[in-house]
Amino acid sequence: MLAGYPLLSLTIWVPILAGVLVLATGSDRNAPLARLLALIGSVAGLLVAWPLYSHFDPSTADMQFVEFASWIPAMNINYHLGVDGISMPLLLLNSFTTVLVVLAGWRVIENKVAQYMAAFLIMSGLINGVFAALDAMLFYVFFEAMLIPLFLVIGIWGGPRRVYAAIKFFLYTLMGSLLMLVALIYLYFQANGSFEILDFQALPLTMHAQLLLFMAFFLAFAVKVPMWPVHTWLPDAHVEAPTGGSVVLAAVTLKIGAYGFLRFNLPITPDASHYLTGFMVTLSLIAVVYIGLVALVQGDMKKLIAYSSISHMGFVTLGIFLFNTLGVEGAMVQMLSHGFVAAAMFLSVGVMYDRLHSRQIADYGGLANRMPVFASFLMLFSMANAGLPGTSGFVGEFMVIMAAVKVNFWYAFLAAITLILGAAYTLWMYKRVVFGEVVHASVKSMQDLVPREFFYLAVLAVLVLAMGIYPRPLTEVMHSSVANLLAHVAQSKLP
Amino acid sequence: MTNMQTLYLMVPLAPLAGAVIAGLFGWAIGRTLSHIATIAGVAVAFVCSWLIFQDVQAGHVFNGTVYTWMTTDNIHLEVGFLIDPLTAMMMMVVTFVSLMVHIYTIGYMHDDPGYQRFFSYISLFTFSMLMLVMANNFLQLFFGWEAVGLVSYLLIGFWFTRPTAIYANLKAFLVNRVGDFGFVLGIGLVLAHFGTLDYASVFAQAPAHANDMLHFWAGNTTSLMTAITLLLFIGAMGKSAQFPLHVWLPDSMEGPTPISALIHAATMVTAGIFMVTRMSPLFEMSQTTLSFVMVIGAITALFMGFLGIIQNDIKRVVAYSTLSQLGYMTVALGASAYSVAVFHLMTHAFFKALLFLSAGSVIIGMHHDQDIRHMGGLRKYMPITWITSLVGSLALIGTPFFSGFYSKDSIIDAVKIAMEHGEPGAWFAYGSVVAGVFVTAFYSFRMYFLVFHGQERFHAHHGAGHDEEPEFDSHGHDVHHGHGDHHAHIPHESPLVVTLPLIMLAIPSVVIGYLAIEPMLFGHYFDGVITINSSLHPAMATLKDEYHGAFDMAVDSLTSLPFWLALSGVVTSWFFYMKRPDIPAAIKQHFGLIYRIMENKYGFDQFNDWFFSGGARALGRFLWQLGDVRLIDGLAVNGTANLVGWFSTVIRRWQTGYIYHYAFAMIIGVFALITWFVRT
Repeated sequence: MLAGYPLLSLTIWVPILAGVLVLATGSDRNAPLARLLALIGSVAGLLVAWPLYSHFDPSTADMQFVEFASWIPAMNINYHLGVDGISMPLLLLNSFTTVLVVLAGWRVIENKVAQYMAAFLIMSGLINGVFAALDAMLFYVFFEAMLIPLFLVIGIWGGPRRVYAAIKFFLYTLMGSLLMLVALIYLYFQANGSFEILDFQALPLTMHAQLLLFMAFFLAFAVKVPMWPVHTWLPDAHVEAPTGGSVVLAAVTLKIGAYGFLRFNLPITPDASHYLTGFMVTLSLIAVVYIGLVALVQGDMKKLIAYSSISHMGFVTLGIFLFNTLGVEGAMVQMLSHGFVAAAMFLSVGVMYDRLHSRQIADYGGLANRMPVFASFLMLFSMANAGLPGTSGFVGEFMVIMAAVKVNFWYAFLAAITLILGAAYTLWMYKRVVFGEVVHASVKSMQDLVPREFFYLAVLAVLVLAMGIYPRPLTEVMHSSVANLLAHVAQSKLP
Repeated sequence: MTNMQTLYLMVPLAPLAGAVIAGLFGWAIGRTLSHIATIAGVAVAFVCSWLIFQDVQAGHVFNGTVYTWMTTDNIHLEVGFLIDPLTAMMMMVVTFVSLMVHIYTIGYMHDDPGYQRFFSYISLFTFSMLMLVMANNFLQLFFGWEAVGLVSYLLIGFWFTRPTAIYANLKAFLVNRVGDFGFVLGIGLVLAHFGTLDYASVFAQAPAHANDMLHFWAGNTTSLMTAITLLLFIGAMGKSAQFPLHVWLPDSMEGPTPISALIHAATMVTAGIFMVTRMSPLFEMSQTTLSFVMVIGAITALFMGFLGIIQNDIKRVVAYSTLSQLGYMTVALGASAYSVAVFHLMTHAFFKALLFLSAGSVIIGMHHDQDIRHMGGLRKYMPITWITSLVGSLALIGTPFFSGFYSKDSIIDAVKIAMEHGEPGAWFAYGSVVAGVFVTAFYSFRMYFLVFHGQERFHAHHGAGHDEEPEFDSHGHDVHHGHGDHHAHIPHESPLVVTLPLIMLAIPSVVIGYLAIEPMLFGHYFDGVITINSSLHPAMATLKDEYHGAFDMAVDSLTSLPFWLALSGVVTSWFFYMKRPDIPAAIKQHFGLIYRIMENKYGFDQFNDWFFSGGARALGRFLWQLGDVRLIDGLAVNGTANLVGWFSTVIRRWQTGYIYHYAFAMIIGVFALITWFVRT
């Protein structure tokens, strides 16, 4: 019954159109209307994305919900969309996150409301485009275009050092992606004038070419993930970004990098991927251990969670480059879980920041006395961040560690250190912020959650628990695509 | 689904429902309904466990899936139950002690503003512990393992405004995570080599892997089974507080007393013992691991017992005795006497829960003063608490016919057989557990005499006690016992909701050993559950040959070394603390160094704080400042930006806009070009 509907186009264009409409409300006099329109637009975006899951056929690895139209015939660039078990969950995650950020910015943003909401809606559509594009040039356009709204969000609604952070973020990611453009054009000529990603995946390539292509893609995606040592833009961007910006940044945009590895590096350059496994695993493990230690000593909550994000994303890249089902599926689960948990953590910091206008751990203490409901939510999310079984945070980490033991015991040994470090930095922060006596007079006046905040934290809490208790519905949709991907990667493409 | 399967589900779900009701809706339904809901949940779990226990004794074992958690890579990860005699016994212990603690809590937490929260937590704990013991696979075991850790964390920090409490709970969680680090890797090795996490399949495959070697490091290999069991045991060391991961348990006494009884004495800390017993088919395949287990247990049993002697906080005395007794259980595991370890786990659950709850009753009676130096002569004022404490202490030191006697004597005998058989490490373990008998009797009766006998010291010391133990200050907990309240400090007996659980626990503390030793150790109760390689580890087989009934065992023991050691421990403590209190004072004076070492708990806390906690922070700061800030951001990122900036500044200087500058540059250029052409 849904066969005739261009679902993927809807997931891209419904939020973008909604964003344009919101922009049309203009000045802050119409702020209530802008908020309402943004909410309707984001919910509509989620509703049109939902059938992608409910009508997804998990038995095939082929692209589904495919749409095809010629875009620039002269260069054979096409508007070609489709999703498989790897990209579909990410589209849903993105559409869901958009609703969250609209709610999170509801009262908090009072300046240029329409523009703020519109930026997020347009960004949401563009990110859906990144995950749905099957044409490399279309992918590249979405990939670069989504930077603009995020750049504006950080640069306009950000903190005091927002300009430094925004420019650092923009240059970092742009520098990375320029070489990808070269790689795509090279592949275009190799594939006899086709920008189809699936055509790229079938191309035979020499080892030399593969290595160069791998490095070009690597730079683009490693910056996005971000992997050590190209991660330093993330803590700055998070610290300066408004809550909504941090949520989208952590929950969704980091996943674009990991998705890129799965969609480009592994299938297009399988031999180079195998050849560089040690390199990738090393960087991932450095992210887990080194960044975990760095997170421990942060005094700024947003910075701490930003570093914790990098550490958690280390599990994603580790899982991907173990080349076994458990590892890749674990990486995917970790991506989605991190989407929920990091969003929840940043929203929680936002809740605190809105009341006290400080992100410093030292300015808090004893919050449980004043905000018991909030403290309970934060406890749950902190435990999820520390990977407690029964929460989503456990599932991906567990799968990746299990997969790592299969490959090399010492990979698992180093990765499992996160059990200690993750608990240490998260719960130590929790202790200093939430437990203890109230020492700062300002904390005394803090009010517990308002219904709007309660609602979005409760939704996330339910998702975090549901995914921890019953992850099967999620992993079922991945099996075929992951199996297909791994089968593809196992075959050499050397001519 | 059969009726029995419904019962199985009811056991964990009923306490969970109670926890959810009290936790999420406690604010709406109030105190009474909250405790009714949680107690009803645990009572249902207890009754169901009892029915299941009967069913299991009739020979019905269940191993099945509740639901599939996920499938990946042809691995089925499931939530499922294994209901066999070991599980059934653990279910009985957990639900019974939990029920008693729930009832006791009504009295103990009566004035606490976090009443509903507390009930919610202890019911949640009961759920988690039941999931742990009922698991039929490693994944669910790990879920329960971590979930009990979470609730332990929440409950140690229950009074979250007290700095010591929130220090202790973070420490407990992190030390346990160190254990879990090993545990997860052990599970990983199991999955990697067996392709499943289901107990039954793993145990069935284990013999085929007996001689597998694991390539560990640059050509070095180690036995797979040794690696797996050692890693799993590291998990047990965290949870069951074995040396050197024992450091969190004494601090956990910051939590309210009911949970010290339930979590940090009777159930959660014995999870490691339970787990090793469950894994006996794996542990039997590595002598290295078993010897390691035995030595670790022996160190814990003896050296933690020593520390019990110098404690003055009533709860800490009991805490160190718990550490020491956990060491005894671990020693039994190392001697392959798994059933004896579990037997001691059971008797210990009853008498140690009893001792903790009695201590709590004393604390109520003493208006929240926990220092035993301020007590004395309480038997007159708290007769029920006095008698039940005496019962608990007698059981703990292994008085013949009491429950603790049967289990502890069996451990000592089993280790002796292991030693005679020449198992590595057994001689050390034997020496430790025998010496431990004297130590246990000494510190137990030191506390008993100081609390219940002798001079009444609370008249003089009341004020001082509050100064040393500033507690309950911010929670209105001592509204009725406030600092300004300087009259009527006569201790009083606790209400019935407190004393009833004491009596209910005192009964099994006396009789359970006598009744259960024959079926559990020498009968067929654990047939098919515990695997022992009798040719290598003859302890249980030999014990069985030597056993001639529970009554004879007690009578025979009257001429044995442990009995006389226990008796002399009691007499010595009586002499030291009742007759000649100047002697311990003199000893303290003369052996100042040893005393100080013991007072510092052998320095583990200081070392961990300095090396691990401080070291990790220093390393983190170093990596952050040097790696991120200086090298990556300073040199690479901003350095590039600065370089580009510098370069463009230089270039910009050339674009001055003056014609004669450009003309000059052109002339130089033309000159250079001409030179270059003319050169050839």
